[in-house]
Amino acid sequence: MNVLELHAVSRDHGAGAGLVHALAGIGLSVAAGEFVAVMGPSGSGKSTLLTLAGGLDAPTSGRVVIEGTDLGTLGRSGLSALRRRHVGYVFQDLNLIPGLTAIENVMLPRELDGAGTRRARREAALALREVGVDELADQFPDEMSGGQQQRVAIARALVGDRRLVLADEPTGALDSNTGEDVMRLLRARCDAGAACLMVTHESRHAAWSDRVVFLRDGRMVDTTGSRSGPETLLQDVR
Amino acid sequence: MSIRHGLLALLSQGPRYGYQLRTEFESSTGATWPLNIGQVYSTLARLERDERVTRVGADDEGRFVYRITPDGEEEVRRWFATPIARTDRPRDELSIKLAMAVTTPGVDVVGVVQTQRTATLRSLQELTRLKADAPAVPAGQADRAWRLVLESMIFQAEAEARWLDHCEAYVVRADDAAPAERTDAAGGTGGTGGAAERPGSGVRARPDGAERARR
Repeated sequence: MNVLELHAVSRDHGAGAGLVHALAGIGLSVAAGEFVAVMGPSGSGKSTLLTLAGGLDAPTSGRVVIEGTDLGTLGRSGLSALRRRHVGYVFQDLNLIPGLTAIENVMLPRELDGAGTRRARREAALALREVGVDELADQFPDEMSGGQQQRVAIARALVGDRRLVLADEPTGALDSNTGEDVMRLLRARCDAGAACLMVTHESRHAAWSDRVVFLRDGRMVDTTGSRSGPETLLQDVR
Repeated sequence: MSIRHGLLALLSQGPRYGYQLRTEFESSTGATWPLNIGQVYSTLARLERDERVTRVGADDEGRFVYRITPDGEEEVRRWFATPIARTDRPRDELSIKLAMAVTTPGVDVVGVVQTQRTATLRSLQELTRLKADAPAVPAGQADRAWRLVLESMIFQAEAEARWLDHCEAYVVRADDAAPAERTDAAGGTGGTGGAAERPGSGVRARPDGAERARR
């Protein structure tokens, strides 16, 4: 079951002489339980890919499908609701809201989605336990280490029944051991059924994935292939 | 040389049988470099000839116990104290291949780099799976040693991937610089396919790129 599908996705910026094809004809699926890493030089379209996959930007052509819903068929509020319910984001930094405790940060997306406070708190506590930082529930971000903050951010990305994590250089600001802990955690969450699409320039971190896809000049140029699934998971539409 | 010194280092901990040396060598290196028993005995024979080990006694099946000599202990001490010279290592086939790819007309260097990068990432994934599957706490000394060997291989694969990134950026930059010089001379403004990059991308023509590419 694919959690995320990109079908012949292209994204242009500018027009006329300034037209740039940021992404061209990308076909990519991420199944439940699968961890996919995206690598490529700067300007290759990695971040654009992640932005489109999360519905934060719309493709010029092609379709983005999350949990079976084509994002192109949704209005603005429908898109926001789908993002809140199904997609979690983990960035390099600025992940947590400083004025909220760990558990309040994790509760936030559930409360925004209309879950009652009690239920949101229960789910948030569970999510914090799953990433091994339940003892930090009442601490504020500036009372935690970078690695602990990133764990809380991953808990927030996966709280409730969301299972698509989009991660942009999630280990960027961390030392190498802490970065590895974050990779272990993402790996474990994928093994437990989540789907993760991660952009990174570190091959050491990309190696925790099931599959690495390589972008250059907005095109998918190669892939390591999948660990378990057949190569048909990747359709390079060119 | 590494087998010779590896065996001597094991013998510096006490006398051992040949098959025992093989088992201990392999468990320390996580069977990364499997030894056949013939290699062990031929190495022991050379060590005996060089008076680094002596044979003492034999068990019921006629298997000898080997003991390190003072000269052998001195060699182990020197081995640990001396850094491995980079020039002592075998020539790196990948560097040679890339050097040839750059200078041979008609070779798609970026393609060569990408093919290697995918293969390197695949082996890095396999090594990382070994690491991920290992229990959090090492089971003993040999397990700890094996993890260091594993990390060494991960670091080497990572370094290779970074070097490949560098090669690609270098080649793309040199390729972009070459036509740019020509269009400047002709007063033209047309871009090439390779130069049609997003603003702010890391791939940019540099005036010295063409110079270096010719060398």
